[in-house]
Amino acid sequence: MGDPMRIRATMTGDVVDVKVLISHEMETGQRKDASGSLIPAHFITKVTAQHNGKAVLEADWGQSISKNPVLGFRFKGAAAGDKISISWVDNMQDSRTDEAVIS
Amino acid sequence: MRDRREFLQDVGRGGLLAALLSSGVLSASQAWAAERNQAAADAKTVDEALRALGATAPTVSEAIKLVTPEIAENGAVVPVSVTSEIPGTEAIALLIEKNPFPLVATTRILDGTEPYISSRVKMQETSKIIVLVRAKTGFFVTSKEVKVTLGGCGG
Repeated sequence: MGDPMRIRATMTGDVVDVKVLISHEMETGQRKDASGSLIPAHFITKVTAQHNGKAVLEADWGQSISKNPVLGFRFKGAAAGDKISISWVDNMQDSRTDEAVIS
Repeated sequence: MRDRREFLQDVGRGGLLAALLSSGVLSASQAWAAERNQAAADAKTVDEALRALGATAPTVSEAIKLVTPEIAENGAVVPVSVTSEIPGTEAIALLIEKNPFPLVATTRILDGTEPYISSRVKMQETSKIIVLVRAKTGFFVTSKEVKVTLGGCGG
């Protein structure tokens, strides 16, 4: 769903700094459309990241995360040239996984 | 302790977490570490959310660094970053006091992952942003008020 995530993963010393931009409406379920009906909630509920088959991030999200979320996190144990993958699932069972190379 | 067959039926019905909780194997506080804590996500007040997260009397701590703007021009995109300097940080939860559903996000800090998270959040109105840290030694909390000129929940 949506555009690919934009992932930037860079080494600073022995820490990988990851910044992700996700394309998602993050609809709260509180907004009303022009006819006054509630627009159904549609938001990412879980985000995970993996490096070399190991989970490096697990987050549960709610509808208060902004539309087109940005996410920043950091972890150790990786090197430039390694791949990381980021996945999300939303409350309507849409999901997406994107990969990036650590630079 | 339920017998194996009943346990497996519970798994089929409600998922592994529900089965483990009802069989007494998994305690409520361990619910942070497994599946989504829906009760905390559905909580309509900070107190309700903290209770659902198992944090009844968190200690106020200056070792949680919460960076937010003092004034957010646009409540739809308020940047927040959190670094926990509490040793043995296991999870970080972000709450916005006056949002309809205060629990914003819960991040489990895995082995090798820094106790740091940054994101952008929606704020309905001027409100306290609260960070709850679950560490080996207990629960810790800090908060900051962020003034919002244009509310961002669209409700």
